[in-house]
Amino acid sequence: MLDDFFVRALVAGVGVAVVAGPLGCFIVWRRLAYFGDTLSHAALLGVAMAFLLEMNITLAVFIVSAVVSVTLLLLQRRATLSSDSLLGLLAHSSLALGLVVLAFMTWVRIDLMGFLFGDILAVSKPDIAVIYGGGALILLVLALIWNRLFAATVNRELAEAEGMNPDGANLVFMLLMATVIAIAMKIVGVLLITAMLIIPAATARRFAQGPEQMAVLAAVIGALSVTGGLYGSLQWDTPSGPTIVVAALALFLLSLSGAAARIARFTTKQGE
Amino acid sequence: MKELTPLVSLSSAGIERAGRWLVRNVDLTVRPGEIVTLIGPNGSGKSTTAKMALGVLRPDEGAVERKSKLRVGYVPQKVAVDWTLPLTVERFMHLTGRIPVAELDNALARTNISHLRQAEVRVLSGGEFQRAMLARAIARKPDLLVLDEPVQGVDYSGEIALYELIGSIRQELGCGILMISHDLHVVMAATDQVVCLNGHVCCQGAPTTVAASPEYQRLFGTHSASAIAVYEHHHDHTHLPDGRVRHADGSITEHCHHEDGHHDHDSDHQKDPEVMAGEEKTEKGQAGHAG
Repeated sequence: MLDDFFVRALVAGVGVAVVAGPLGCFIVWRRLAYFGDTLSHAALLGVAMAFLLEMNITLAVFIVSAVVSVTLLLLQRRATLSSDSLLGLLAHSSLALGLVVLAFMTWVRIDLMGFLFGDILAVSKPDIAVIYGGGALILLVLALIWNRLFAATVNRELAEAEGMNPDGANLVFMLLMATVIAIAMKIVGVLLITAMLIIPAATARRFAQGPEQMAVLAAVIGALSVTGGLYGSLQWDTPSGPTIVVAALALFLLSLSGAAARIARFTTKQGE
Repeated sequence: MKELTPLVSLSSAGIERAGRWLVRNVDLTVRPGEIVTLIGPNGSGKSTTAKMALGVLRPDEGAVERKSKLRVGYVPQKVAVDWTLPLTVERFMHLTGRIPVAELDNALARTNISHLRQAEVRVLSGGEFQRAMLARAIARKPDLLVLDEPVQGVDYSGEIALYELIGSIRQELGCGILMISHDLHVVMAATDQVVCLNGHVCCQGAPTTVAASPEYQRLFGTHSASAIAVYEHHHDHTHLPDGRVRHADGSITEHCHHEDGHHDHDSDHQKDPEVMAGEEKTEKGQAGHAG
């Protein structure tokens, strides 16, 4: 079954979406969209490092993303610059560094577009193994730290006071983000990973009654976006990564119209 | 009560941020079954002191000792739940640990929010959310309950009822309570000890029995006398902007002394205590926004 490139793409894409959904919820709740962007921009530096040191690309991307996120944690504690300026600094300097390093390595011929926008149709069986192995690990760890991470998301000091060790949970979360970016890069590319994290979660928010439900819904909506996007790209011969994101956007817009009545009900409730 | 081991004790504890002492030389002990109330003007270090007691902030000098395996219930001064977070009151109750259904029902009933069980916390009013936070903290059956302005946004009769509830929780659980009052002069009558802060401990002691006085009862009604009390304290020295202290007799010294009473609330604008108390209410305190 996995001999067909389209089936491989579908299996890989759904695997990434199922992992990105729950993590994306935390990105949305904690207003970390720009953080996701920063890590994915840094991924390109990881690619450059991989070529320079002749190591596995996924591993190199993970290492660079992890270093960037831990650096961010440390810089935030010193806090001489605001968080968004720090993120912008890290995002674009690592992207630029990655491009410069790649340009120096004249002997390396790489498809830059493949890394920027993803190359889901070139997914191999080992890639699928990495996605499902890494993905299962991410979901397992996330399930283990879920309560602590959620408490820290609602209020860090409350979580700290009641013994939930929020700093530890935050660090683990950063590492999970670095992992998901490393395994998702090939599917949608560094420029569009954040979309896979945020858009399904934002869509799920409209229907979710609780945080756990929102995480599951985000995973399902992400998987639907991948499926829809891949069939769309086959149908209209469009690039697959961007088409997946467009499919996710379409689902989001659909949820807006469908949920209009619900939202109206909410506003009247608040107005009382 | 003195023989019970303290739940938490601060000795000469202080927090420094950017070269400024937010609070310094705080000595404070909370024992099981004891209610300690912190009062003081905005920025006097009330929340900072509470956070030191909780272990959220580590003291830069002095020491904080907490009983091992202390179970804490905390009601922070401000919790902003993001719009994107689908969080019902029921899920919020389980935030830092599962709570048995019977406990959950009981806590919601006692804070009068049983009907809001399935409501999303972001649509609650300020007073309702305050009740939900209190319900969550007491349902944990803590050893130490730390309440940072627990009745803010709650109307007057609700305030009395919540104070009575806090008093009865203390009886039931035998827990120690560290409470920050949003009013400079009015504290819970059941308070065993009032600690007045203004960057350091100005004065402390038991609340006076003013609540029983006829003037007070005429003002607030006899019912309220059982739940809240006026803390009478007189200011005999003022902290000047340069850090020196002017005493009631006009003399100026480098520091205030332990035998000094309470000082005026704000070093650079000296105001009538009543006016300051009003400000405290409306501004909802920037106190202790450190870290």
